Amino acid sequence: MLTFILRRGLMAILVALTVSFGTFALFHYATDPAQTIAGEDAPQEMVDEIRKQYGFDRPAAVQYFDWLGSALTGDFGESYFWKQPVVQLIVDHAPVTITLALASLCVTVLIALPLGISAALKPNSWVDRFALSTAVSAQAIPNFWLGLMLIILLAVTFPIFPVSGDATWRHFVLPSLVLGASSVPAVMRLTRTGLLDVLSSDYIRTARAKGFTGYRLIVQQAMRNALLPIVSVLAVQLGNKLGGSVVTESVFSMNGLGRLAVESIFNSDIPTVQSLILIFVLTFVLLTLAADLINAWLDPRIRMG
Amino acid sequence: MGTDMSGASILDIQNLAVEIPTDSSTLRAVRNISLELKRGQTLGIVGESGSGKSMTALALMNLLPPAAKRSAACINFDGADLTHATEQELASKIRGQRIGMIFQEPMTSLNPVYSIGRQLRETMTLHRKVSDADAQKRAIYLLEKVGLPDPASRLKQYPHELSGGQRQRVMIAMALMNEPELLIADEPTTALDVTIQAQILHLLQDLQKEFGMSMILITHDLGVVSRAADQIAVMYAGDIVESGKTADVLKNPRHPYTQGLLECIPGYQGAARKRLGAIPGIVPSMTGRISGCAFASRCPRAADVCKTDTPPTRELHPGRYFVCHEPEANAVEKAGAPDLAGVHARPFSGQPVLTVENVSIRFSVRRGLFGKRRPLQALDNVSLTLNKGEVLALVGESGCGKTTLTRSIMGLQQPDTGSVTLNGRHIGQLPPMERARMIQPIFQDPYSSLNPRKTIGEIITKPLAVHKLGARQEQREKARRMMELVGLPLRVFNSYPDQLSGGQRQRAAIARALVLNPEVIICDEPTSALDVSVQAQILNLLLDLRDELDLTYLFVTHDLSVVQHMADRVAVMYLGEIVECGNRDQVMSAPKHPYTHALMNSALSISPGESIPDPGLSGDFPNPMNRPSGCPFHPRCPIANQQCREQAPGPEIIDNTLVQCWKAKTAGSQLKS
Repeated sequence: MLTFILRRGLMAILVALTVSFGTFALFHYATDPAQTIAGEDAPQEMVDEIRKQYGFDRPAAVQYFDWLGSALTGDFGESYFWKQPVVQLIVDHAPVTITLALASLCVTVLIALPLGISAALKPNSWVDRFALSTAVSAQAIPNFWLGLMLIILLAVTFPIFPVSGDATWRHFVLPSLVLGASSVPAVMRLTRTGLLDVLSSDYIRTARAKGFTGYRLIVQQAMRNALLPIVSVLAVQLGNKLGGSVVTESVFSMNGLGRLAVESIFNSDIPTVQSLILIFVLTFVLLTLAADLINAWLDPRIRMG
Repeated sequence: MGTDMSGASILDIQNLAVEIPTDSSTLRAVRNISLELKRGQTLGIVGESGSGKSMTALALMNLLPPAAKRSAACINFDGADLTHATEQELASKIRGQRIGMIFQEPMTSLNPVYSIGRQLRETMTLHRKVSDADAQKRAIYLLEKVGLPDPASRLKQYPHELSGGQRQRVMIAMALMNEPELLIADEPTTALDVTIQAQILHLLQDLQKEFGMSMILITHDLGVVSRAADQIAVMYAGDIVESGKTADVLKNPRHPYTQGLLECIPGYQGAARKRLGAIPGIVPSMTGRISGCAFASRCPRAADVCKTDTPPTRELHPGRYFVCHEPEANAVEKAGAPDLAGVHARPFSGQPVLTVENVSIRFSVRRGLFGKRRPLQALDNVSLTLNKGEVLALVGESGCGKTTLTRSIMGLQQPDTGSVTLNGRHIGQLPPMERARMIQPIFQDPYSSLNPRKTIGEIITKPLAVHKLGARQEQREKARRMMELVGLPLRVFNSYPDQLSGGQRQRAAIARALVLNPEVIICDEPTSALDVSVQAQILNLLLDLRDELDLTYLFVTHDLSVVQHMADRVAVMYLGEIVECGNRDQVMSAPKHPYTHALMNSALSISPGESIPDPGLSGDFPNPMNRPSGCPFHPRCPIANQQCREQAPGPEIIDNTLVQCWKAKTAGSQLKS
């Protein structure tokens, strides 16, 4: 297990480094950062001045390692637009996004797993049909539309929850439902097919021949096998929620990282955009690493390579 | 049905039926069968795929797939009727406790995420109030019994760390944890190598005696039942067509299907190279209403009444019956009919076509991304000659290097040292196209060796198209001739492989291989995925084609009865070496290498009443990554000495047979004692 963790950790670090290089290269070669900061019509002297001031005239490698070194010590530079340290911006916006992501993940898990499991236990029954049609509709309904509908129904017509904002826990209920619902179809389907596969496997037949049935058969024999793909997909879904809740945050006017990313892009705030991309990608790297470690703990075949 | 009053029966099944509803109709998987098993005895259920034998076993324990429907007049197990037992009752009182079960697929039948120890222990703790420690003790005791070395440390291992044979032993130990009164073994050795098969069957027999168990042994292999079962029930298309004492049924079969099945077995009729009595056609699918006898369409003796009326059950004496109209007309004469084709002529020019000289291949295997590279000696100094017109059988257990050798012969794997020459030319220097025209393979699995998206016609014409031989019309013409030659109906020209039966698919694969008029055909287990009756058809075809087209075969197989039937010469492989190679009769009846001796000993010919031989090998087939020093066979060899452990023997010719063994000259007499 220890060698597996070391090997897998090393891989994650390699991926993270590659990504950091990619993000750096993207902004320093695809655009002229000095020109961007100065503005389209700025005179050449001013652009040169800025280039010098920000150090864009140094060799690319020096800039990269400089940037990487700072990033590693938690210094992501200063935002051109908000004129404050990027770290501060991220620290300010992250709690909303993290809370929203975790809450919506709970929503996903609480809906998708029971639905998927009961569908798999009774294939072609009414539960199964209900689950599948839920999945199809959830997949067809756009996020923002569901958000608006919930606002109309539960915030305007019946004012149970606030319309927008992120001040109290009540503000998080509707957005979590919306964001959580978007992952239900994928997770539900995977739970259903995964468990169906496991239940029709030879080793479950063996377990039944040994006398396992009902709850014991599912929990003590099938579940661990069925969990493997679910863990992986949940990690990806959580990553999506941490990095991609732009629409939901906009609909509910929540001040999270998604909003921050959109505004930074509109205002060409390169240090902020660059840092956000790096953080989003690192989140993914960490989450898949975590998923792999959990799976390795669950499955000896992965653990022993 | 006959009910023998002597001896108490542990199992009595009356009118068991299993039906599986399909979209359009109902598949009648098991049709009103009745069975009886006496305490302490073994009942063998024999049949080909689709005969309903596994369904019968699953129905007993009510472990059928969810869609299947079961009905029965009674399923009497030790006096209690299980027909109306609930799932809960079966699970808590019967399954795993009083009836144990072993399945065919050892590779997938153990839960991959739990340790062997846990899976063994839970079988016991689920049913009884015993501590984990006591269950552990029992597990260690049983693992020792089933012959797994170092059982205590095995308990911590996971299924993927064990070989197929080891996993099957764990399955057996698991089924025995609660000392069941009845053990159901569904093809327990089919996926295993012959020496392991003999070991496992031997073990089951010993355990049965020791624990006084009754046993149901389900298999397609008549050799296995003939030695292991007291009673036998022959199933065909969901029905038991014949039943009785094993020796009686096998020596004096009354149902035409049983007779046909026995004639299909290579070597059973005595002289080798006789045409096998193949049963024509395939098993009909049992859907909807069935009128008449299910075997009528394939029966050489079928009369009109067979097609219309349900055949009666004829009881010869209590417990011995068969289900047949018995159309009287020249029954005995026709049963002997297959002999007419006679013995194959054996043209033998003796010119070497293919020569393998001192070929060694070493792979470097790495586990994982950062794992260490370790050498795997797949072939070690292998030499072999294939003479024009002969059939050379290559036998050996899985992992011995058979596949690597055939790959290097086909030029698909470059040897590290040594050479392969075809008609005097180096195979590596032949242009790939020319090489392909001279050597063609036929693979084991016709289900995966034919492209599912191409029609049979396209598959057979493809080699001609690749080699740009003839115009399109000529190519199609040639393909049709090939289909006729291999006995494929022309109407399947535009069919896809999944519309064909297994036998037809293998015929298509043969036609594809022959369409370029090759000289050498590499047959890699060409019949091991097929039922015996179909295997007989294919073996007959291959021998006919050899005579007609003057072909030379390298025949890779693990089935020694097929070797006995097909081969002129035999080469035996062990861990990348050819340990013995010579004339078929010499190698098979007077083996010189102790491994060949064990292999031949493990072959289960149909001999009712004879016991299951103990191959006399210690341990398992070694991991090729850890090749033993000296003679690679010494850790399992019953007569190995100091010299064998230290020095590898070289090839030696004794009585025209090549042997690699220090004790070849004396092995024969030493092993017999």
